[in-house]
Amino acid sequence: MAFRLKLVPEKTTFDFFKHQKLTFGFSVVMVLASLVLVFTMGLNLGIDFRGGTTIRTESDIAINVGDYRRAIAPLNLGDVAITEVYDPNFRADQHVATLRIQAQGGQEAISPETQSKVLAALQTVNKDVKITSTESIGPKVSGELVWTAVWSVLAAVAAILVYVWLRFEWQFSIGAVAALIHDVTVTIGIFSLFQLKFDLSIIAALLTILGYSINDTVVVFDRLRENLIKYKKMPLRDVMNISVNETLSRTVMTSGTTLLALIALLVLGGDVIRNFVFAMTWGVIVGTYSSVYVAKNIVLFIGLDRNKEKKDPSEKFFDKTDVATD
Amino acid sequence: MLQISLWKRVLILAVILAGIIFAAPNAFYNRVEGHNDALLALKKNGAMTPEQQQANSAWPDWLPSGLVNLGLDLRGGAQLLAQVNVADVYKSRVDALWPEFRKALADERATLGAIRRVQADPGILRIRIGNGDQMQKAIEVAQTLNTPVTSLTGVGQKTYAITSEGDQLVIQLSDAEKAATDDRTVQQSLEIVRRRIDAAGTREPSIVREGSDRILIQVPGLKSAQELKELIGTTAKLTFNSVISTTSNPNEAVGAGEEILPSSDQKGLYYVLDTSPVVTGEDLTDARPDTDQNGYPAVGFRFNVSAARTFGDYTQANIGKPFAIVLDNKVISAPVIQSHIAGGSGIITGRFTVKEATDLALLLRAGALPASMTFLEERTIGPELGADSIKAGKLAAAVGAVLVVAFMIASYGLFGFFASIALGINIALIFAIMSVIGGTLTLPGIAGIVLTMGTAVDANVLVFERIREELKIAKKPARAIELGYERAMSAIIDANVTTFLTALILFVLGAGPVRGFAVTFLIGIVTSVFTAIWVTRLFISFWFARKRPKELIL
Repeated sequence: MAFRLKLVPEKTTFDFFKHQKLTFGFSVVMVLASLVLVFTMGLNLGIDFRGGTTIRTESDIAINVGDYRRAIAPLNLGDVAITEVYDPNFRADQHVATLRIQAQGGQEAISPETQSKVLAALQTVNKDVKITSTESIGPKVSGELVWTAVWSVLAAVAAILVYVWLRFEWQFSIGAVAALIHDVTVTIGIFSLFQLKFDLSIIAALLTILGYSINDTVVVFDRLRENLIKYKKMPLRDVMNISVNETLSRTVMTSGTTLLALIALLVLGGDVIRNFVFAMTWGVIVGTYSSVYVAKNIVLFIGLDRNKEKKDPSEKFFDKTDVATD
Repeated sequence: MLQISLWKRVLILAVILAGIIFAAPNAFYNRVEGHNDALLALKKNGAMTPEQQQANSAWPDWLPSGLVNLGLDLRGGAQLLAQVNVADVYKSRVDALWPEFRKALADERATLGAIRRVQADPGILRIRIGNGDQMQKAIEVAQTLNTPVTSLTGVGQKTYAITSEGDQLVIQLSDAEKAATDDRTVQQSLEIVRRRIDAAGTREPSIVREGSDRILIQVPGLKSAQELKELIGTTAKLTFNSVISTTSNPNEAVGAGEEILPSSDQKGLYYVLDTSPVVTGEDLTDARPDTDQNGYPAVGFRFNVSAARTFGDYTQANIGKPFAIVLDNKVISAPVIQSHIAGGSGIITGRFTVKEATDLALLLRAGALPASMTFLEERTIGPELGADSIKAGKLAAAVGAVLVVAFMIASYGLFGFFASIALGINIALIFAIMSVIGGTLTLPGIAGIVLTMGTAVDANVLVFERIREELKIAKKPARAIELGYERAMSAIIDANVTTFLTALILFVLGAGPVRGFAVTFLIGIVTSVFTAIWVTRLFISFWFARKRPKELIL
């Protein structure tokens, strides 16, 4: 017998819905806590969303952020945030810092004079400092990007709502969408908690999380639909438990491979995309959790009305012949 | 049975082969790039230097040489998002109308009385009619100059909106004409920006229109966005105007049809000019760096035939008077006309440095931007940072791939190995498609590929898990495999359609690097469904046909 890595035993009979109120309550608390965080601490918005300039500097000698700050202060650029960046990929003599400068009046991106003034000021502290990248976004564009971001997330959620509704039942689509809202909110929440930079790439990560989470949710729904036909008399809760148990091995495998790839990227992919990858990694974990504990819980709360009508409502989506064979 | 019909097998193998062949150039990126550059040089110059010949022969001609474009965040370079201020054009259009309308109205002086241009907002022409009660007649005369709009959307509409207010005739561009003008302005600006950047000799710039009035300019290899801004930010609008007087008061009251412009080199000196230019930079056929009689840098120019005649007539009639050479609303010089200038050529002097004269000649040759531009967004990425990002991306992708493959083989044995091969083919297909469509790979795009490696095996996992279940309920191996594929299909379709939807929204609404991520992710979803369903199935059916196992351990 060949060796097989089995993270999940052959047959499992976990009762996923035993602590239904507790797990669902936990999710509700997480969502509420995230909302409270966002409204009290706010988000550390990147220049994509509030305009301004990011300058990335590099030098061979160690950086003193305080010195940089003092050198920049006389320029009166308003709010300037300076952070030193660390990454395992950096050479020993590679010292990187980013400066974020608030939007300067008007529609335009930063003026070249301001840029050269900043470089000159930094060179008084550290004469071999180099600027490796600059990014400057005028308030007009950033205002538009905020709306694009909001619209894209809403559009994605709406598209999924409709698709799941057409392919399954309306109860399923409510559950799926609740899970998606949960994932997005909790991810935004953790960005607020740790004040990680929230920019356009994080919106991309959110949409990817939506895609991943719905993927997971739909696979279990698909099995549930199949089992609802197979076990007509069994209570909904038990059919759900069977479905989740049957797909558990797959859930663990897929989350496993995805997390492995993402962790490689998180550790080795460089600091430029670290926040982006972090959002996705976190989202995969949250998304896997929510597809069981949020999506299924909600379907269970709403119920599927199958006993009342003495007929499986999902039949209308299947061939009669298919149902008859079971 | 597990049979796959012959034509399907051939098709699958053909797709795999095509994928590998078209992805191959990317594995030899520098070599193929050198080859392509050499070919481009041959096309442009008709010959290759010895180095180029060597670069050319480094990659055989008969192999595909399409490469994935590297985004600016990987290659380094500068990017600008410029907004074209389309309303600028209305003013010059309307100013240019005055002589035409003046002539038409003056011909009817007997009924209309004296006509005079009066002060108005930019983009509006106001003409006072001496006999205010003859307004109807004035409008009729003006309407004879009104032509239909020449655009697809503005059919049936006129170019100018002509109305009256008291004894004034009010003329401006109609809404349909404004819309048509805006479109033309942006198109023209784009063309001129392209010419200027091409003239500066940078490689592979990307200049595209974004939305209704924006232009996105990406130039790899530029050290700073400032360089790019200097190159394209200058309007280079050149006009030759009559000088009415000079003054030191910039706010002096001037008559209608007159304007005050500063001198470019003498502080405190202002010129009062006639707003309707005698000739403009658009009439130039050539401009080149030159020197004046004292050996100072200057710009030599030549007018086209009709402008040469206009200019000749003007100089003949105005000997002894000054005229102004105006560049971007500054008077760069105002020589006194010494004699009749026939032939339509001359030089512009203005205390230039050699570089300024060369740049100005380039800008004049490429043409003036029809409107000014506002820069909304700019990015510069140094080549070192790009190289670091590529290195990090490669390393992460390699480690991610090894981990996923190890995990799959440990979990599913031989079938996991099949899935891993399919994963490799999947990545080749992503690169092949990106190369063929000329897609751009960005750093988030690399993240998209790495993420695809993680999720691509999902379809295989679904199938393998299903096969396991079927085996458990005592199905024969062949039947279990067949049912596994069949029954997992609905979950695979649902899961991938929903993911595809979100990636599509990301592509449509996303900008810049985010779109780069969406592209690889979208392609990855499609190719992963193909490889997971067809490629692994093909492997399994080959293996099964050879081994015919009585028992299957998965």
